[in-house]
Amino acid sequence: MNRMLPLVKQGLYDPQFERDACGVGVVANITGVKSHRIIENGLEVLANLGHRGARGADPDTGDGAGILIQMPHSLFASEAPRVGIKLPPIGEYGVGMIFLPGKDSEKEYKSLIEKIVLEEGQAILGWRDVPVDSSQIGFWAREVEPRICQLFVGKGSGVSGTLQLERKLYIIRKRAERIVSELTMRSAEEFYIASFSTNRIVYKGLLVADQVGKFYLDLTNTNTESAFALVHSRFSTNTLGSWKLAHPYRLLCHNGEINTLRGNINWMAAREPLFSSKDFGDDLEKLYPIIPGRGQSDTACIDNALELLMYTGRSLPHSLMMLVPEAWSETTPMSQDKRDFYEYHSSMMEPWDGPALLACSDGSKVAVILDRNGLRPFRYVITKDQLLVMASEVGVLDIPPEQVSYKGRIQPGRMFLVDTVAGKIIDDEELKTEIAGRRPYGKWLAENRVALKSLPMPAKLDEPDFASLNVRQKAFGVTQEELTLLLNPMAVIGKEAEGSMGTDTPLAFLSDKPQPLFSYFKQLFAQVSNPPLDAIREELVTSLESTIGSEQNLFEETPEHCRQLRLLSPILTNEEIQQIREIQEDGIKAHTLSTLFDIDSETGSLEAAMKILCSEASMAVREGYTILILSDKGMDANHAPIPSLLAVSGVHHHLIREGIRTKVGLVVESGDSRDVTQIALLIGYGAGAVNPYLAFESIFDMVNKGFLADHIDTKSAETNYVHAIEKGLLKIMSKMGISALQSYRGAQIFEAVGLGNDLVDRYFTWTSSRVGGIGIKEVELEARDRHADGYRASRSSGNSELDIGGYYQWRRGEEYHSYNPDTISKLQDAARTNSYATYKDFAEFSDGQGGRVSTLRGLMNLKFLDKPIPIDEVEPASEIVKRFGTGAISLGAISREAHEAMAIAMNSIGARSNTGEGGEDYRRFTPDPGGLSRNSATKQVASGRFGVTTNYLVNATDLQIKMAQGSKPGEGGRLPGHKVDDYIGWVRHTMPGVELISPPPHHDIYSIEDLAQLIHDLKNVNPKARIHVKLVAEVGVGIIAAGVSKGHGDVVLISGDNGGTGSSPQSSLKHAGLPWELGLAETQQVLVMNDLRSRIVVQTDGQLKTGRDVAIACLLGAEEFGFATAPLITLGCIMLRKCHLNTCSVGIATQDPILRKQFFGQPEHVVNYFFFVAEHLREIMAKMGFRTVNEMVGRMDRIEPSSAIEHWKTKGIDLRPLLLMPDVPKTVGTYCNEEQDHGLEMAIDNKLIELARASLEKQEPVNIELPIGNNNRTVCTMLSGEIAKRYGERGLPESTIRCKFKGSAGQSFGAFLAKGMDVVVEGDANDYFAKGISGGRVAIYPPEGSTFVAEKNFIVGNVVLYGATGGKVFIRGLAGERFSVRNSGAHTVVEGIGDHGCEYMTGGITVVLGQTGRNFAAGMSGGVAFILDEDGSFNERYNDEMVDLQSVSQVNDIVILKGLIEEHQGTTGSSVAKYILGNWDQYLKKFVKVMPRDYQRVLEELAAKGESRIADNGDING
Amino acid sequence: MGNPAGFIYSDREPPKKRSVGSRVKDYRELYKPWSESKIQEQAGRCMACGVPFCHTGCPLGNLIPDWNDLVYQGSWERALDALHKTNNFPEFTGRICPAPCESSCVLSINQDPVTIEYIEKEIGDRGFREGWIKPVIPKSRTGKKVAVVGSGPAGLAAAAQLNSVGHNVTVFERDEYNGGLLRLGIPDFKLEKHVVQRRVDLIREEGVCFETGVNIGVNYTVERLLGSFDAICLAGGATQPRDLMVPGRDLKGVHFAMEYLAQQNRILDGQEVLPSERINAMNKRVVILGGGDTGSDCLGTAHRQGAKEVIQFEILPEPPLLRRINNPWPEWPLVLRLSAAHEEGGSRDYAIATKKFTGAEGCVNKLHAVRVRWKEEQNKRMSMEEIEGSEIEIEADLVLLALGFLHPEQVGLLDKLGVVLDARGSVAVDNNMMTSLPGIFAAGDMVRGASLVVWAIAQGRDAARGIDEYLMGDTDLPRAVQ
Repeated sequence: MNRMLPLVKQGLYDPQFERDACGVGVVANITGVKSHRIIENGLEVLANLGHRGARGADPDTGDGAGILIQMPHSLFASEAPRVGIKLPPIGEYGVGMIFLPGKDSEKEYKSLIEKIVLEEGQAILGWRDVPVDSSQIGFWAREVEPRICQLFVGKGSGVSGTLQLERKLYIIRKRAERIVSELTMRSAEEFYIASFSTNRIVYKGLLVADQVGKFYLDLTNTNTESAFALVHSRFSTNTLGSWKLAHPYRLLCHNGEINTLRGNINWMAAREPLFSSKDFGDDLEKLYPIIPGRGQSDTACIDNALELLMYTGRSLPHSLMMLVPEAWSETTPMSQDKRDFYEYHSSMMEPWDGPALLACSDGSKVAVILDRNGLRPFRYVITKDQLLVMASEVGVLDIPPEQVSYKGRIQPGRMFLVDTVAGKIIDDEELKTEIAGRRPYGKWLAENRVALKSLPMPAKLDEPDFASLNVRQKAFGVTQEELTLLLNPMAVIGKEAEGSMGTDTPLAFLSDKPQPLFSYFKQLFAQVSNPPLDAIREELVTSLESTIGSEQNLFEETPEHCRQLRLLSPILTNEEIQQIREIQEDGIKAHTLSTLFDIDSETGSLEAAMKILCSEASMAVREGYTILILSDKGMDANHAPIPSLLAVSGVHHHLIREGIRTKVGLVVESGDSRDVTQIALLIGYGAGAVNPYLAFESIFDMVNKGFLADHIDTKSAETNYVHAIEKGLLKIMSKMGISALQSYRGAQIFEAVGLGNDLVDRYFTWTSSRVGGIGIKEVELEARDRHADGYRASRSSGNSELDIGGYYQWRRGEEYHSYNPDTISKLQDAARTNSYATYKDFAEFSDGQGGRVSTLRGLMNLKFLDKPIPIDEVEPASEIVKRFGTGAISLGAISREAHEAMAIAMNSIGARSNTGEGGEDYRRFTPDPGGLSRNSATKQVASGRFGVTTNYLVNATDLQIKMAQGSKPGEGGRLPGHKVDDYIGWVRHTMPGVELISPPPHHDIYSIEDLAQLIHDLKNVNPKARIHVKLVAEVGVGIIAAGVSKGHGDVVLISGDNGGTGSSPQSSLKHAGLPWELGLAETQQVLVMNDLRSRIVVQTDGQLKTGRDVAIACLLGAEEFGFATAPLITLGCIMLRKCHLNTCSVGIATQDPILRKQFFGQPEHVVNYFFFVAEHLREIMAKMGFRTVNEMVGRMDRIEPSSAIEHWKTKGIDLRPLLLMPDVPKTVGTYCNEEQDHGLEMAIDNKLIELARASLEKQEPVNIELPIGNNNRTVCTMLSGEIAKRYGERGLPESTIRCKFKGSAGQSFGAFLAKGMDVVVEGDANDYFAKGISGGRVAIYPPEGSTFVAEKNFIVGNVVLYGATGGKVFIRGLAGERFSVRNSGAHTVVEGIGDHGCEYMTGGITVVLGQTGRNFAAGMSGGVAFILDEDGSFNERYNDEMVDLQSVSQVNDIVILKGLIEEHQGTTGSSVAKYILGNWDQYLKKFVKVMPRDYQRVLEELAAKGESRIADNGDING
Repeated sequence: MGNPAGFIYSDREPPKKRSVGSRVKDYRELYKPWSESKIQEQAGRCMACGVPFCHTGCPLGNLIPDWNDLVYQGSWERALDALHKTNNFPEFTGRICPAPCESSCVLSINQDPVTIEYIEKEIGDRGFREGWIKPVIPKSRTGKKVAVVGSGPAGLAAAAQLNSVGHNVTVFERDEYNGGLLRLGIPDFKLEKHVVQRRVDLIREEGVCFETGVNIGVNYTVERLLGSFDAICLAGGATQPRDLMVPGRDLKGVHFAMEYLAQQNRILDGQEVLPSERINAMNKRVVILGGGDTGSDCLGTAHRQGAKEVIQFEILPEPPLLRRINNPWPEWPLVLRLSAAHEEGGSRDYAIATKKFTGAEGCVNKLHAVRVRWKEEQNKRMSMEEIEGSEIEIEADLVLLALGFLHPEQVGLLDKLGVVLDARGSVAVDNNMMTSLPGIFAAGDMVRGASLVVWAIAQGRDAARGIDEYLMGDTDLPRAVQ
């Protein structure tokens, strides 16, 4: 094989997980005047967004770019006659922009579509070959370039208006798509209709942004005119892209990702049978499937959905409000009409949830909408001559300052509409008010919707039968451990239990204990391509409300549509489910179906029971029931419960297949679902609500027996439990970036491990389960086993206590844990006595040679040679250990002693230790006089950015961006105040004693192109460092890794799901993420298939323990290896699993000075261990015939599935997909042998460094003045790195280097700006302005000549000052969302900001001379903010969880505030500041001081001790 | 669970012992009462480890973190349930176990371990005191008959377990008391005999039949045993003591420790002993040979009898005060121990080998010994050589041989049954504790050689499990030894 082939599903790769992100732009003439200039402008905007797109292995082939414009009638009027087409007037013809497969089959496809046009009664006017110039595009793009033709279709008889013709074109397109999709030849994949419309057309392809205009000659033809242009530049995760995946689609282009896609597609399919339309009549059939799920991107799917909604007769904005509703819960201020609109429509359709910026057009209107979280930037400029320019960035089109009339941004949940016919902009409020007033939605709701709480109390309420509880608990697998460890804290404190140190129990299919079906599923989570949410701090966007009942025809709007039951929470108490059971309302009727099966094997089986259950469900729906309760109550000795997950998912998919799913809501009443993940699974597979009755009964029983602390009563225990589950659900949803339960329902955000294909296809359709596994027979056996635990007739007269457990904590004879007394003590003994023989004993235990296999790698055999090579030919252990690193464990999570021991050990052998996310004492950057180095080679950059200063960054050989953590992917972290002592606080640049929160997402990474930006930022500050991206294994991680490679990451780390942690909710610890074997193999396969492997190092970690583990990791594709738990054990860790409690008795995971004295680990112990592992690996290499690690990387062919393991549940396991080595040309590298091209030579900073040489070398002052454009990203950062390298922590004297830039600054301007720099931007700037600023000073103000009012216009983008540790920033104008997020030291003045200002702030001062958005100060635990609250409305917009509002009255405060405002005025010329200072006494009263309570407390404590803030006083010793 | 920071703020504080002066005047238990709040505080020192090494350090697999937590919370009855899940006789092990759990307690790595054993004792005693420990009569009877030979801890555990699943159990005991070493070997100051009797009575009330004075193979034929029962559990202990074959061994005043201890126990129960048979340390110079637990028991007894002086010789070298590097946690620490008896007086000397006894009128009055040096051989075994010129002789009126036990008595029961023995002369068993003969099981010291009570209980439980499965085809009884 010598050329690359387009990718198809193979090995672990599945194209459905491809991701993309993008730059989006809109240019429009508001008054609707068409011109060619608009096209030119659009293409210019596109070219200036080029850096937001990406290129693959072939640098000239882009990921795709395109433009959507109005029908270029003048162009066609002149061009059509040349190809013999007689063109009717505009509106009376349509043009299909069609990609045809290569020449050979062109004719067939043409006649196929012609036939359909004729069948639909329309006229074929003719074909036109679209003129293109392929000479400028990439090699790969040309290889797969389609024939691009335009089909002109005229009106047929019977079609009167343009709308009817448009509808016919829709039908024609849908029919053609369906027919082609059913063809089996490969060419069918390439057939594609980019647009088919009477009023708009799409030009797009596998192009780099600036190639679009050069490729499509029509676009440079001056006859081509439009009033607007939508443009899009794509960054996709794969490299062998395809032409049809470029945006725009027929109506929209998109930046973002639909997280609930699977559910949305399923629900749409489920609704189709209810559709009926007088416009379409019988033609409706031709449209199905509305969303062809396979081979489509999420954008294509939402485009399909939008299109359908518009053909139901809804307007473009109305349709968008249904697809992407803003947050409308009671806590969000909005008009009742609008809330009613949203509530009414929620009974028709769930939101398409996920980060989304959609720019759409129906041919005359252009609408832009941003989802409720607002995680995608969109800025705009309106000029005095009615030109609108909107884009992901400002500065994409050069507009003279005096021409600008307004600069704004799209806010979360808001819409922006240009109506080119009416010639005006319609703002969000006006637009939505009008749409919400279309119908009396509020009245309809009041008359039809039934609220659960309005239902009468149940007539009969079964009291829990405590007498049989014990038996039922046993039969449902309840253990004492579950009662004490899980249910107890939920019932007492209303929170899910936390744990630490990861999980080390077997995968469900390798467990000897009967496993609940739930345990075979792993939560999926967001990483890189979309951000997880913070459901705690950003609660306002989340919602657990939902409706259940029967849906109606989507083509209509009637009062009956909302005849459903409304639930505030999906968790039903025992009373509530009874209320539902007894419901007596027209159109809402509940029916209970028993989910028990007869255990007599003669008469019953699980499979038969499922068949019966499904047919009973169908029958009940046909009888008109609108709510089905699936109940496993009534179990007895002869009847065992069907696993509730199987029951609900089986019925859900059965009803979808039957076409009646949306007529009914599913409610589960089950004994087997008790923890958060279990309930999330039920909802994720279709349940509308769940009554976990056995959990309630178990809690009540504990209350009655007095087992719960604080003598809590049953009612509060019940409330607490429900609350804990709700919080947990929100957390699981937010891990995937999903805000609304209604969207989560049925979204199947899970991957199965160990379930066979038959089982999955039938009952869990569309779920990934990549290595096969058990079938329904095995599920039945486990169900029977568990049932028998309760009902087996026992002769024993012993006590009837429940099983002890052993799933979370090791217990003898219970669930296997790979870290158990044997392995721990052997490992410690080996490391301390430097005994390789003892290590080998440990390795034997650990590798499971004794037959105890608990991991996927345990199921693999290495293929040894008959004759090994001599071991001295294998590369030495001293080289191998350099490939090892220790895990990212922060100082703070562990003690200083343990942290430094690890660093010393790793430095002494040329390997790498990792700071973790807690920063590092800068004194460690310099070796001790004796040469001993405590400097961690790898420095982590995590979402909290604690202690991430310029100096920290330049003192690393590796910088690791932590996207997720194996033990709790998709979640943030929290370091409790009691672990933040003076030293930790000082190192982290925060206040000792104050709790520290790491946000779930990096607020500068909401998408893959953002990640590329952060990589670029870090590379700039430290060009020598390798930039790592840490990912966690899940389905699709390989695809993300490909994106990382394209985004110029130097190293990608694939973490397994079982790594350690200082603290994590038990449900995440146990049920999120996948073993690294799967993630790593997928990564290797995808990288190699895309020829992206040779430029990136692949690392893996997650419970690596032995040389055999390393060997398998290497063969599956890793060349570097991380270890965390094992080295900690060599240092004395004994798996107490109390890291989260600060009570580690061996002085490792604690900051308690008494306990830290108990630490007795030695660096030598770690060193000994790593040499054992390397030596063990060498033995294996010799046996396999590998002399170097590089030869070994990715040799999956040298692994075979083990036949020796006989476990009754492993029969169906098929490791072949995991062991597939991609078939690629020999030239494609399979390990890292070249460097990424970071393009740093293009940076403006090279010039800055040259100009500032005198300052750098002699500390002489310099002045620099340069122009700047949005393509100049990360400016001043490389120079800052140079300063830090030379001058360390203290930097240069203030204002040594003065720079002034004129223009629009690109993203990350002034990132990590070092002390001594004083920088000014005259113009505007984009996102991430002054991120990580470490002592420098920045000012930005509008350019000279501007006439707009500075303080009413947006001058900088989102996420300004993220992770700032020091310095000053002055902004004359408004800033976007998340201003000053995680600031821990910078002082700043701004004139107004968007939502979530000062989020997670821990230090510094923020002054806002104007309005803030919503949710100000969420998670703010330190620092202060001063807000000018002129109209007294600020108290509606701040988050009161952690802060108090005070007046500004203390002298100190007044001096600081006034000083900053004066400096602001002096630096930026701010007129607001001038006015305030001029009327100081009057204005001072209007300032509000925002003071974090924790911070106040600590300050008061310090004051009482007569100290000021500790960290200001200099170095601290811990 | 528990009080996560308990161990930081509370030090180990076991119950106080009575003063030496007072306790050597009687044979009663040593410990003063322990206040409930103190017990709870001490239980709160348990860290609820993710990997509780104590739980594996205990041969029974006692659920130590679980019941510590329950005690900490004051849920005593549940603690008792949790304890009984793995241990039939917490009131025994709570008193006389050397507590390997405590030496493998995670806290013992760098601090004093949790007072596990004392807490265990309190749970058991409280169970009796509160009446929570009641006879549990099996739901139904299987009709199967099982004989247990020997009523020591292994036999009692097996009997209790077998009875709990409905078998008809008869325990044969050759002595006049039930309880084996618990009853006759261990002095009262470690385990008062009413504690043993209380448990025996309870098991009897649950339906087990006890036959004392029956010595199978001697006054009850093996054939009869085989013919009357569906299964048999041999739990006769390892009672063959190690002897010291040196000149003068047959002098009067040289006794096996067990003769001495058993006699004292009988006297305490009110039995009359002929003056000629009486072994009394009163006003004597006593030399105890052997530095183990039995030696300590002799030491305590001798003091209570009013010995003039007591010396204890051990042939092995003096153990270190702290663990050696090759004896790391959580292994059983080979370190110098100070038993309660040692607190009461007497001296210890190490690396001494006895060469001969001499005396007058047939009575011992002198012991001749030599100091020895231990060396590690190539094969890692230790070997001993005498140090020239280090000979010593000391006066000794009473010499007690506490040199350990060799194996079960093979003559009588075992040879007549014909079970296969292992290399050490103990009864060989399979995984289910069945001997070479179908239906005949064995447990305790008879299998393991002289060992801890806790091991005997564990093996008794496992033998019961094996027997139940053998008789019924399946079993619900838990396995103790993993």
